[in-house]
This record gives sequence, structure tokens and C-alpha cells, in this order.
Amino acid sequence: MEVFLVSLLNGLVYGMLLFMLASGLTLIFSMMGVLNFAHASMYMLGAYFAYDISRHIGFWPALVVAPLMCGLIGALIEMYGLRRVHKNGHVAELLFTFGLAFIIDKAVQMIWGLLPVPYRVPAALDHSLFSIYGTNFLAYRGFMLLISALMFCAIWLLLTRTRIGLVIQAALTHPEMVGALGHNVPRVFTIVFAGGSALAGLAGVIGGNYLVTEPSMAFAMGPIVFVVVVFGGLGSLPGCFIASLIMGFVQTFAVVLEYSPADLLALIGVKVTAATPLAEFLTIPLPRIGALLPYLMLVVILLFRPRGLMGTRDT
Amino acid sequence: MNEPAIRLRNVHKSFGQTQIILGISLDILRHERHAIIGPNGAGKTTLFNLISGRFPVSSGSIELDGHPIDGLPAHEINRRGLSRSFQVTSIFPRMTVFENVRCGLLWSLGYRYSFWHLLGGQRQLNEAAERLLEDVNLQGRRDVPAGLLTYAEQRALEIAITIAGGAETILLDEPTAGMSRGEADRAVALIRRVTEGKTLVMVEHDMSVVFDLADVVTVLVYGQVIATGAPAAIRASRVVQEAYLGTEVH
Amino acid sequence: MNENLAGNATSAVIGATSFARRHWLWLAALTIALVLPWLFFDWTKARHAGFVVSMLSQMGIMMVFALSYNMLIGQAGLLSFGHAVFLGLGGYCTAHALNAIKDGGFWLPVELVPLVGGIGGLTFAVVFGYVATRQRATAFAMITLGIGELVAACALLFKTFFGGEGGVSTNRMAGVSLFGWSYAQSIQVYYLIVAWTVISVWLMLFLTKTPLGRMANACRDNFERAQFVGYDPRMVRFVQFSLSGFFAGIAGALYALSYEIVTYDAVAAPMSANALLMTYIGGVGVFAGPVLGAVLIVLLQSGVSLLSNSWLVYVGVLFILMVAFAPGGIAGLIFMHQPIWRARRMGRLAAPYARILAPGLLVVAGFILLVELCSFLTIGAAQGKTFKLSSLTVDPQTVGPWVIGAVLLAGGGLWLRREGRRFGAVWQAVMEEIKAVRGNA
Repeated sequence: MEVFLVSLLNGLVYGMLLFMLASGLTLIFSMMGVLNFAHASMYMLGAYFAYDISRHIGFWPALVVAPLMCGLIGALIEMYGLRRVHKNGHVAELLFTFGLAFIIDKAVQMIWGLLPVPYRVPAALDHSLFSIYGTNFLAYRGFMLLISALMFCAIWLLLTRTRIGLVIQAALTHPEMVGALGHNVPRVFTIVFAGGSALAGLAGVIGGNYLVTEPSMAFAMGPIVFVVVVFGGLGSLPGCFIASLIMGFVQTFAVVLEYSPADLLALIGVKVTAATPLAEFLTIPLPRIGALLPYLMLVVILLFRPRGLMGTRDT
Repeated sequence: MNEPAIRLRNVHKSFGQTQIILGISLDILRHERHAIIGPNGAGKTTLFNLISGRFPVSSGSIELDGHPIDGLPAHEINRRGLSRSFQVTSIFPRMTVFENVRCGLLWSLGYRYSFWHLLGGQRQLNEAAERLLEDVNLQGRRDVPAGLLTYAEQRALEIAITIAGGAETILLDEPTAGMSRGEADRAVALIRRVTEGKTLVMVEHDMSVVFDLADVVTVLVYGQVIATGAPAAIRASRVVQEAYLGTEVH
Repeated sequence: MNENLAGNATSAVIGATSFARRHWLWLAALTIALVLPWLFFDWTKARHAGFVVSMLSQMGIMMVFALSYNMLIGQAGLLSFGHAVFLGLGGYCTAHALNAIKDGGFWLPVELVPLVGGIGGLTFAVVFGYVATRQRATAFAMITLGIGELVAACALLFKTFFGGEGGVSTNRMAGVSLFGWSYAQSIQVYYLIVAWTVISVWLMLFLTKTPLGRMANACRDNFERAQFVGYDPRMVRFVQFSLSGFFAGIAGALYALSYEIVTYDAVAAPMSANALLMTYIGGVGVFAGPVLGAVLIVLLQSGVSLLSNSWLVYVGVLFILMVAFAPGGIAGLIFMHQPIWRARRMGRLAAPYARILAPGLLVVAGFILLVELCSFLTIGAAQGKTFKLSSLTVDPQTVGPWVIGAVLLAGGGLWLRREGRRFGAVWQAVMEEIKAVRGNA
């Protein structure tokens, strides 16, 4: 029972972090049709910038400055890179962001080195908030939840209460129509791309010290965010939210559930021994294939429901 | 044997909440030259898309040569002898003119998904392709990438690809759109020549083309057929005139 | 009777010369491939330069791999992020087959072993392709990404087929050979690779001239039109995908024969990315483009990686420049000159090319300098290396080199932009001339 509750909380925190990343990507993908491979790179840059800024100035300024820097970089990428490549088609845009992710990866390695950097939780939040069944719930996790929730509210308010928000909502599901109605679609695109990058950067600021800050973090996080976006469905932020939480829970619970397909078969009376064909595949415990699960989900959802959970358009 | 080439029975089509086709029943007889006219937004292209299998019907039935085809995938319908051209020119822009036409011939000559026949050595195929190019007067542009042709040449190529497979029923969607008077006249002569002995259904806005080419005219307004008949009768029909020109306000 | 013989002989000779004239480039490349190792032969020790033979072997393997990838991206318009799966799985199959041959399980000469890899690749491509090709564009790319990651994760986890983290080791000296070679020497393996590369290249070229090859192009150009000439585009893509897996599997077999071990690196994302980079930089629109790309990337990998940690940065930047400015790749750039070559006006471009050469070199030098400074500041320092330009030691801690690098990059960049504009103007003028001449002809 305690394991369940603890995992639930951890899954929630992780899921909200994923949502912060995935929401930006859903917006970008739904509106511009660009699957931004460099999105997770913004997450990484956010963490590294925050690390540097917290070293010299402090964590709290980093919380504001790092995402802004990521947003700025995102705007530059969109204005001088993507727009140029846009005329060559979606595949070219995809390849461009892929190449960008590649270069940012290597650049980070060169500037900050190959090893993880000691980006730590700030001392002010590095204590236990409360205790469940003997496991401490760090204050920092509560802080993460707070920031995620605030950000969620801010996005919701922006999208539903401001004019630009309405335009973005419309462009989410009917991008061509919005242009035909006379809105400055290129400017909206730049804003969305920059905003999405800033969000990813913010996720990096608060996630980088919770998880680990190292050059391969973009490569590790990227595909999971893709799965969430595809799972949640194009054009739907609520879908993205649900998918993020599901993914958060799946990945958290997978680590603690020491079961394997063989156990499942045992339930229906089939006994798996070392001599059974495919024994190795059947006896593998869930925690070990935890890394596999997102990709399995990706393939399954694309096979049976390419629209995702709540998508309005096919992927 | 005397069944119509195409038979539509009470066909409806909606996109979401919007109803485009509101119950069309229509017979298109064999060897007929049948024109479908109507104001913009009447659903003419949607009708083509339903018949050719690009979209599924919301309800109703479509038969080709007596066999139901609604719900079949587009390539299946094509293999049963129905071919179409598109309003917005749809060719293979990165391939040469010759190869465009040759692609149109491949399935009908039984090559299927072969990866062991060397195309250069297929005499019957290549000769048929050359003949088609001559039919549409494009043999001079044989090795030009199709994307570089002029608009009228691309329309001619589109027609060549459409008839290449030897389909008995041909659907042409605004074949003379965007053409000058001279180009349209030449296109009409071409269409008449290459659809000799076949069933032709066209969507057209150019009335002179319609009256020149068509045996039967159907008028479509707001997703419904309001008149079908010989061109002269349609021209004289009050119902049609009102639909196009509106009623007088006294 | 004598006339007949003479006639046959003459027509045979004429046939051969005409063949040679039409395919001179391929024949020249083949000759170079056969002869090159001998240029680096160490005559005093009667040994081949291991480094050169190894690099050339890798070029052959990557050529087949990249060409098989171009069957997807260039010819069928299918962007796959998991192509290494078929190389790797073909490699694993081959390794197991070689081990089985050694244990006496079945008989197959080493020369035919690559077929095992091909069949392995084909089988898996049929299974995965059936699933993947049901989707269009972006969804297809995502599925291939997912499958790629799944297979790579399995390769690390499971020992039965994949050998887990240690991979599957094998020994190519399994004994049976049609020519009596033992394949102990790497030069013998190299010639086997050359032979299979030639076979694969020829087969893939043949494929482009078949109904399937052409319809794959058609489905790429216009999915819908392909349906309306009677073809099911999904089926076309499925067959093309499967055949592409066959050739990737052959490359995997050559990989297994060459390195005698197959680990999860062979199926992992970096290898798939490699395919994409090689093919795109070489040029997706020309059949031989991926060949160029493979040669270039292997050269960079083998050569530059010895000198610098950052060769991947250069590849990445090259890739992005291609995507933004030259989507046809290097081969595409070369082919843009074809009308000018035909009109014998290449001379007009000599001076403009010379004028962009100098600023171009400055920009490249400045960029490389800055990248290397960065690299030595962090990675190099951690590894204890110093930045040496021949005999000159460059200290990344001082400001001087950074300023030089920045000046070279910025100054060279501005100069390049100006010369680039002039080049563009000359190019335009020449092309207009050619069009006018052709119009009047």
C-alpha cells in the first residue's frame, strides 16, 4: 500500500514534468506540422543554463532567466532556420530539427563536458515536506508540482482569455483557415515556437536537478515526449495532459512492480521453465523493460489509433 | 447487359455536420457523354470523389457496371474499369512525360509489383506508351520532367494518364479549366477522339464545351439533381435558369 | 565462315566499348576500389596497411547500407528512423549462421554467407514493414523510431539471440570457401566485400528500372495518382521496404564478417542516424548520391576522428547546411551543373568558383578553430590533451585564438556572402543564356 501511494505521488510529479515538455511540443506539432526533434534539446539547455546561472547568481533568478534564454533561442531557430526550410516541405523541417538536435547535443558536450554536472536542488527546498509510511516526500517535489500547476493554469488562461490565445486555439485544429482569415500566422508561429521552447526550458530548470543533468538527457527524454504527444493526440491539450500522467504513472509503477509475463501466464495455469521456448523473453521482470514501455506504447497506439487518445486529426 | 455504366441510388454525403450531397439518384448509360454542371459548391467534385472511391458515402449505393463499388478502395475501383482526372492537375512531377504515361499502363498490362522486369526492354509496353504520347501530341516533350510542362501540356498529360489503363468509364474533372479558347478547343477535340466508344462523365463550367461534347447534361445544385436531359432541353429549362441566375424580384 | 567469326568478334568488341563508354564512371570506381589497397602496401614488410583496408571495407559496407536506405527515402519518399534494425538483425543472423557452420550444423561457403544476412533482413523487414507501411509520412517515421528503439533495447536485454551486452562473436574462418581462401587476411575480406558491394549496387540499380521501382517513385511523387492508375500505394511501399531490408541485411552480413562481432551498436539509433546522414549529404535524388555520402562520412569518421573529437559536429553542421541550402545533397549540387557542362560553358564558372574559394576556406578555418577551441577547453582538458597545430601549441585558455577564430568566421562570412551573390549572378546569367540558345535551336 505504501509503495502504491509513494509511486502515485512520484508518478504525478514525473507526469507533470512530462506535461510541461509535451504541451509545448503538442502546440508546435499541431499548429505547424513540425515534429520538433530539438524540443528535448531545449529541455537540456534549460537545465544547463540553470546550472550555470545558479552557480554564479542563484537558483531563483535561474528559474526566470533560463526559460527566457531558451525561448529566445527558439524564436531565432524559427525565424532564421525553420522558416527558410519550410518551403521544402514537412520532411525537410523534420530533418532540420533532427540535425539541430544533433548539433546541440554535441555542442553541450563540448561546452560542459561529457560527464553529468552537479546541478543540485536548492538548499531552501532540500528538506522533507512530509512523510508517508516512512518515505520522505521532498519539498522540492512539492515545488515542482506547484510550478507545473501554475504553468498549466497560466497556459489555460492565456489560451482561453486572450486574443492571441484564441488564435492559437483555432490554429491548433485549423491552421490553414487561420491564415486565410488574415491573422499574422508567421508571427503566431514564432510566438508558439518560442513559447514551447521556453516551457521546455522551464521543465529543464526544475527537472534537471531532480533527475540528472548530462549530455544524453535530451536523447533519453526526447522519444518519451514524442510518445506522449502522439498518445495524447494532435490538436488536443487535455489529451496531452492525460497522456503525460499515464506515461508518468506507467514509468514509475513499472520500476516497482516486480512481475514478468511468466507471472501473468502462471495466473492462467501455464508454467514457464528454463526449457520453455522464448523463456528469456517471458521471465524478464517489468522493471528491466521499463525503458522499452514508451516505445511499445508508441508502436501500439500508431497501429490501432493513430489519432491518439483525444486527437482531432490523424498524425 | 443493359445496365448503366454508373448507377447512383440515394447517395448522401456529409462531412461532420455539413451535408454536401443530399440524396442523388442518377444513371449514366454506357457510351454516353454525360456532363455534370452546376454553380460552385454544388458538390460536383464531391460526387466524383464518391464515385471514384476517394471518400466513402455516408449512405446510399453506387454501382459500376452493375456491381456495387461504394466502400471499395480507390485502386480497386480503378482496376474495375473506372479512371479519373483531377481538377488540380495530378501527375508525377519528378518523372519524365514518357514515364508518367508508362506508369499509367503498367497495371493494365499485368506487371503488378514486379521487380524483375527491366522496363527498357518491354517492347509492347513502350510502344503503347509512345502511341499514347502521339495521341495527346506530347511526343515532342517525351523526356522532359512533367513538372516543367506548361499548364495546357500538363492537362493533356493528365488525360493521357487517365485513359492509359484502358478504362471503359472515364471521369474528367474540369478538363479545360484555366485554358484559353484555342487550348480548350484543342482539348475538346482530343477528349472526343480518345473517349470514342467509352463512357465519359465530365464536370465542366465552360458551357460551350458542354454543348459541344455532351449527349446528356445533369444539373447539380446544393447537392441535389434538379434536372437531367439533352443539352438543348437543359438550356431552355426555366428551373435551370433560375438556379443559375436566380429568380426575379418583383 | 571466317566473315561470321570476324563479324561476331567485331560486334562483341563494339558492344564492349560502348558498354565501357556508357558506364565509364562505375568501371573507374571499381578499378580504383580494386587497386587502392595496393597503393598503400608496405613493400618492405609485405603487408597491407591495415588502417586503409579497414577503412575501405567499411566504405563498402556503408555504401550498401546507404543505398538500401535511399530505396526508402529517395526513391519511395519514406523517412525511416530505424533502418539500422535490418543491418543489425542481418548481422546477428549471419553471426549465428557462421557459428552454426563452424559447429558443423550446415554447409555454406563463406562467399555465400551474406545471403543469410540478406534473407534475415528481408524477413524482419516483411514483419515490421507490414506494420509500418500502413501509415503515412510522420506516423511512419514515428513507428520506425519506435521499432528501432524497441529492437535496440531488446538487443541489450536479451541473451538468447542478441547475446545481451556482449553481443554475438563469430569467426569468419569457418572453413568452407569456394576459392580455398581462409579469410584470415583482411585483404581477402575486403575483396569479398567489394564483390558483394558490386552485386548489391547492380541489383539496386536494376530495381530502379523495374515496374516496382518506378511505381515507388510514383507513390512518392503523388500518392493519390498512383491509386488512380490501379496501384495500391501501401503494397508498393511494403514491397520496397522489404527489399530495402534485404540489402541492409547484406550490409549487416558484411559487417559481421568484417568485425567478427555484432553488438547492439549495430541496431542502435546512432547507426540509423548514420544512414540518414550519409544518404542525405550524398544526395537522395541521384542513385549514386548515397555512395558519395558513404565515402565522405567514413572518411570523416576514420580520418577526422583521429585528429579531432568533434567530427560529429562537422557532420551535423554539414547536414543542416544541406537541408537548408542544398536538399539535393552533394550529388544534387554536381548534377545542377549538367546543363552547363552540356552547353560547354563550364569555363565561365572557373573564375567565380576561385573567388568563393578563399572566403570559403576562411569561414571553414574559423569555424573549425572555434569548435576545436571549445572542445579542447572542456573535453580535451579532461582527457589531458593539448591543442596542437603541427608544431604550434594553441592554448584555449587565452583570448587570442578565440579572437582569431571569431574574426576568420565573421570576416570570412561577410566576404563569402558578397562573393556568393556575385557567383549567383553569374550562374543566373549562364543559365539564361543556355535557355535562350535552346529556345532558338
